[in-house]
Amino acid sequence: MRKVYQEVENIAGNVINIRARDVAYKELAVVESSMGTSLAQVIRLQHDEVSLQVFAGARGIATDARVRFLGHSMRTAFSDNLMGRIFNGGGLPRDNGPALTDNLIEIGGPSVNPSKRIIPTNMVRTGIPMIDVFNTLVESQKLPIFSVAGEPYNELLARIALQAEADVIILGGMGLKHDDYLFFRDTLEESGALSRTVMFVHTASDPIVECLLVPDSALAVAEQFALEGKRVLVLLTDMTNFADAMKEIAITMEQIPSNRGYPGDLYSQLASRYEKAVDFDGAGSITILAATTMPGDDVTHPVPDNTGYITEGQFYLRNGRIEPFGSLSRLKQMVNGDTRDDHRAIMNSMLQLYADYKSTLEKQSMGFRMSEWDGKLLEYGAKFEKGMMDLSVNISLEEALDYGWQILSECFEPMETGIQSKLIDQFWPKDNAGAAEEKPELVEA
Amino acid sequence: MSKSNGTIVGVNGNMLTVQFSDAISQNEVGYAVLDDRRLMSEVVRIKGQFADMQVFEDTAGLRIGGPVEFTGDLLSVELGPGLLTQIFDGLQNPLPRLAEECGFFLQRGMYMDALPRDTKWAFTPVAEVGATLTAGETLGTVPEGIYEHRIMVPFALPGVLTVEEITVAGEFTVTETVAKLKDDRGEIHEVAMMQRWPVKIPITAYSDRLRPDEPLVTKIRLVDTFFPVARGGTYCIPGPFGAGKTVLQQITSRHAEVDIVVIAACGERAGEVVETLREFPEIIDPKTGKSLMERTVIICNTSSMPVAAREASVYTAVTLAEYYRQMGLDVLLLADSTSRWAQALREASGRLEEIPGEEAFPAYLESVIASFYERGGVVTLKDGSRGSVTIGGSVSPAGGNFDEPVTQATLKVVGAFHGLSRARSDARRYPAIDPLDSWSKYPSVVDDDLVENARQILRNGSEIDQMMKVVGEEGTTIDDFLVYLKSEYIDSVFLQQDAFDAVDEATSADRQKHVFQAIADLLNRPMQFENKDAARRFFHQLTQTTKDWNRVRMDAPEFADLQKQLENQVAEVSNHA
Ligand SMILES: Nc1ncnc2c1ncn2[C@@H]1O[C@H](COP(=O)(O)OP(=O)(O)OP(=O)(O)O)[C@@H](O)[C@H]1O
Ligand SMILES: [Mg+2]
Repeated sequence: MRKVYQEVENIAGNVINIRARDVAYKELAVVESSMGTSLAQVIRLQHDEVSLQVFAGARGIATDARVRFLGHSMRTAFSDNLMGRIFNGGGLPRDNGPALTDNLIEIGGPSVNPSKRIIPTNMVRTGIPMIDVFNTLVESQKLPIFSVAGEPYNELLARIALQAEADVIILGGMGLKHDDYLFFRDTLEESGALSRTVMFVHTASDPIVECLLVPDSALAVAEQFALEGKRVLVLLTDMTNFADAMKEIAITMEQIPSNRGYPGDLYSQLASRYEKAVDFDGAGSITILAATTMPGDDVTHPVPDNTGYITEGQFYLRNGRIEPFGSLSRLKQMVNGDTRDDHRAIMNSMLQLYADYKSTLEKQSMGFRMSEWDGKLLEYGAKFEKGMMDLSVNISLEEALDYGWQILSECFEPMETGIQSKLIDQFWPKDNAGAAEEKPELVEA
Repeated sequence: MSKSNGTIVGVNGNMLTVQFSDAISQNEVGYAVLDDRRLMSEVVRIKGQFADMQVFEDTAGLRIGGPVEFTGDLLSVELGPGLLTQIFDGLQNPLPRLAEECGFFLQRGMYMDALPRDTKWAFTPVAEVGATLTAGETLGTVPEGIYEHRIMVPFALPGVLTVEEITVAGEFTVTETVAKLKDDRGEIHEVAMMQRWPVKIPITAYSDRLRPDEPLVTKIRLVDTFFPVARGGTYCIPGPFGAGKTVLQQITSRHAEVDIVVIAACGERAGEVVETLREFPEIIDPKTGKSLMERTVIICNTSSMPVAAREASVYTAVTLAEYYRQMGLDVLLLADSTSRWAQALREASGRLEEIPGEEAFPAYLESVIASFYERGGVVTLKDGSRGSVTIGGSVSPAGGNFDEPVTQATLKVVGAFHGLSRARSDARRYPAIDPLDSWSKYPSVVDDDLVENARQILRNGSEIDQMMKVVGEEGTTIDDFLVYLKSEYIDSVFLQQDAFDAVDEATSADRQKHVFQAIADLLNRPMQFENKDAARRFFHQLTQTTKDWNRVRMDAPEFADLQKQLENQVAEVSNHA
């Protein structure tokens, strides 16, 4: 029988202090008070003074609350019974299913030995041309969606999850609006994917400390599935809420902030989660897609900024579209050479022309004269945005490449695209040759 | 020295407060004992009977009252044959052998010998019995891959030593005694091929330190011609995320004209190290005919590995670099990213509740950075040969803004600054080194006047470009427009370099001289055009041909043909001038 302590000395924020002996760093305790029971974790030891972070928050905790140490650190259950289930950050059921206590695993475990990783080589197909063609997603990649609040990033995550052919989907929701939580649950259910999904959800109204546990619980479970050889896709939304929870806790603990109130270890904290993305040498993989909302649409804000330094590229979601500029998949070159011969050419040429279109738009807005070339670019830009960038477009990579050729041939002469002649001969649509001349001048400024 | 013992009285993250018994020293290593594991830690502050120790591992499970065993040693690395081709973590544990032992995950408290104890090396004595030597002088040699590895008088042995005994040539493991040396007090020291050295103390067993004034050719044109690096010099690469710091270092690690490359992957992505460690064994170094791995050591403490070991990793790396310098070799140390190491210092400083400086970095940040880069240099060794350590560090400034403590502290001490610009990387103008803001104090591989000329064109071109954004092409004179086109031309064909083209990825110093002179001559010719469109068309054509030229090997017959073609193209527009 473990000793019960009943003398809380200090309460500040979500942290309580008691005097106790023989307590281990990071050990869990159960705190019972009139407000109910909560888990708490040891976050500091000094002589016989123990600081505990209370998961459900310290609100209502009395100085005579009962504190009982459990002798182990944070764990979560792992088995196939997790599939289709929904838990809170601490691993307790949010659905009406039974609590799971079998096969408990530690969360926040050690990092993978770099020499057990392999270079990733599999493309993840999403049916979204802005991803598949221009910034190909790769199995085991870690990639955030940078977005302003209000953009449909959760819809985008759900859609990728459903198309991605992952063996297991793990959703980690942090500060999720209740509606968004229901959206994920219903969307996955309707498509029949719920049975291969595990959800760890913290909603905006849940205690803040539980928010911190979500990525670790989700990733610990992901790691176990990946070790079984499964291809796991982890969705984390919204990582800015996770960072804000860390900020809030750091400030109440009177840590010296480094940048706009965020703790100095923000980079390390985010990295230790994102780096769980892995392609194991001789087992499965973990791919991490995250949503990172940018306060004030400012990419230099500490959360997106630190994230960009950690992840393997990013998708910018703006005005309901994935922006071609700023978006980057750093792993794309590992797969886009083996898809179709024209993939890289279409990617480079269409982006180059779209950049030219953007500068033509600028010139137009400054009132400068529009040349014939500018006219072609304006037509091209409109088609590109409608046919490629619009998120309602849902076509395979191959269809998207074909469609790319069609747009190019409708707007330009082959030589104007800068694509090498060998590919032009092979892919340029024959019936459209010379179509550009027949087009009327579209825009004359 | 008697070894002290201690008791844990506080745990705060990876920082322990330990009450100790006997004398201990700053930076001494101690082990916090947790059941059957021992967690390596380092003393970072001593106050009375209490020491603050940072643990190089996760501290979960440690308890008040838990024992700490001090070692009496400072944090040290093993030096000897067998370091090359290896992949170590920040504390010099060999990662592949750890994986054999522990599987997929790193296990805390698992430490392994950096140098395998069972490998035998063919030792050939050089020093003779009765010879008098000092630290760093050669006792014998061992072939290690492509190099002759010098076995030296241990750097820690003071004074003049006499060779009492030295073995005949034969095969030995790194711990077997190969010589016995007598110091001036008559004490005998048994010397093996392996020695240990504390990482935070520079190795100074040389006779003289020189000025770095010889170019270190990286084969990156923008670097060697415009912002050169010197053998034994230091440089930094600050840049926002995704601007190309890591790719630049990867290219440099492949092509730089040095003997040894030490890569310190410090607090960055594991995936990037994996690329290097999986690809290097497959890439043949044209200079040696052996795989690139044979000249490489990787120190890898990626972002999810324990933070405290990040700081150790850069010191481990520079110590290994200094060691090979002592053999008369040119060593290049590439650290990616020094900001992560600075952040590790910041985390530790926060836990120690020190008074913070700007952005909560500790007040001593500048001096720590300065003394790290100070370990680069060219030296004359005691036998008259030369060795060098060149240090290139990437910097990851918050928000991509160079006006922050780590970038600023670094700029004060390095000899060259390769600032990456977001505008250039967004425009896919790689390498994205800003040609106007960057600088170097070292000599270029091409003639200074030519470079100054080109710089002038780039500066003017950029100003004209800015003007055109306001007044449009219509409002720009044809002369100005020409300067702009020339600057774009230099940018496209010389500054930008295609990292994925087998020829263009690396340009030798000779080729840089040749091409740069040729370009300067072309641009010096008077040119006349009917209108701006004609000028633009001409430069597009010239750019295309020059890029083709860049993709042709210098010894291929097309090389001269294309140069002729360029001259003809220019002749056409200058004839009717
Ligand atoms: N020289 C180059 N040639 C072609 N592409 C490049 C080059 N440099 C960078 N890139 C592209 O930019 C991406 C990011 O480059 P890199 O990883 O070097 O950035 P970084 O500055 O190290 O970023 P971080 O600070 O986040 O680590 C690469 O994945 C590649 O797609
Ligand atoms: Mg990098």
